[in-house]
Amino acid sequence: MQEPDNQESGQTGESRRLFEREVERLMDRLYGTALRLTRCPDDAEDVVAEAVGRAWSRLGELRDPQQFEGWLFRILHNTFISAWRRRRCRQDREVELDLNDAESDAGAFSLFAQLHQPFLLWWGTPEDRVVEALLREDIQRAVDALPDSFRVLVMLVEVEGYTYREAADSLGLPLGTVRSRLSRARSTLQRALWEQAREAGIVQGAPASTPGAGGTQE
Amino acid sequence: MNAEHIDCEDVIEQLFAFLDRELDEERQQRIERHLNRCRDCFTRAKFERRLRARIRDASEVKAPERLRRRIRGLLNEF
Repeated sequence: MQEPDNQESGQTGESRRLFEREVERLMDRLYGTALRLTRCPDDAEDVVAEAVGRAWSRLGELRDPQQFEGWLFRILHNTFISAWRRRRCRQDREVELDLNDAESDAGAFSLFAQLHQPFLLWWGTPEDRVVEALLREDIQRAVDALPDSFRVLVMLVEVEGYTYREAADSLGLPLGTVRSRLSRARSTLQRALWEQAREAGIVQGAPASTPGAGGTQE
Repeated sequence: MNAEHIDCEDVIEQLFAFLDRELDEERQQRIERHLNRCRDCFTRAKFERRLRARIRDASEVKAPERLRRRIRGLLNEF
């Protein structure tokens, strides 16, 4: 991102109040995002605190206050990514192993395709039911179980809406790697959600209800 | 008309790129039109959108009070 070159960060009482109010409003999302990225509450707090500190000292760089939210989340991600890349240099082998493991069982998996089976369709729209029945914790667990390199991409692209190019630039990866890694990440994530749905009985639960009476509402 | 044609297999293959808005405008619109006509693909796209929204929601977690205090303290130092 741009180098901070602004000493007069508009640090008046008014801008401080506005800044604090906005940060407070976004705090749960900032923390939640950092927690998904780091998987560790202490690290997540450090990332949020560092990002907010950076944002405050660079507030003068923000031209359009309407963009505050996206701008702050970008700083949050960049804060995490720089720490993560430093660590990754030290753990290169580990990350490679991580990825190889994920690749070995990947083979494009689609949760929708698993659920949209003729025998399950007897009971209405199982895909809707499953996506609603999964608990937040199930989803968090599945995201957390992704290897670092996959999880970061899912967070950047699926949650924060980065373009592939932006994700590639942020992570220092070729565009093609982002595409293929993202596709494997989704496949791995959906497989994990499928397993969770089965373990929780959400999928097997469907046939227990009366065929046809499960509601086929759209 | 031929250039217009896109089948379900193509749509499924490009669905994530479509949802990520990574396709060029023409392909983006072609898939959009297909989704308006094809119930199966529409259902699939709706599912993936909903799943994505749930993943997004799941990344919101109540921040500990300790962190809020830390942030306030940090801003006071500036």
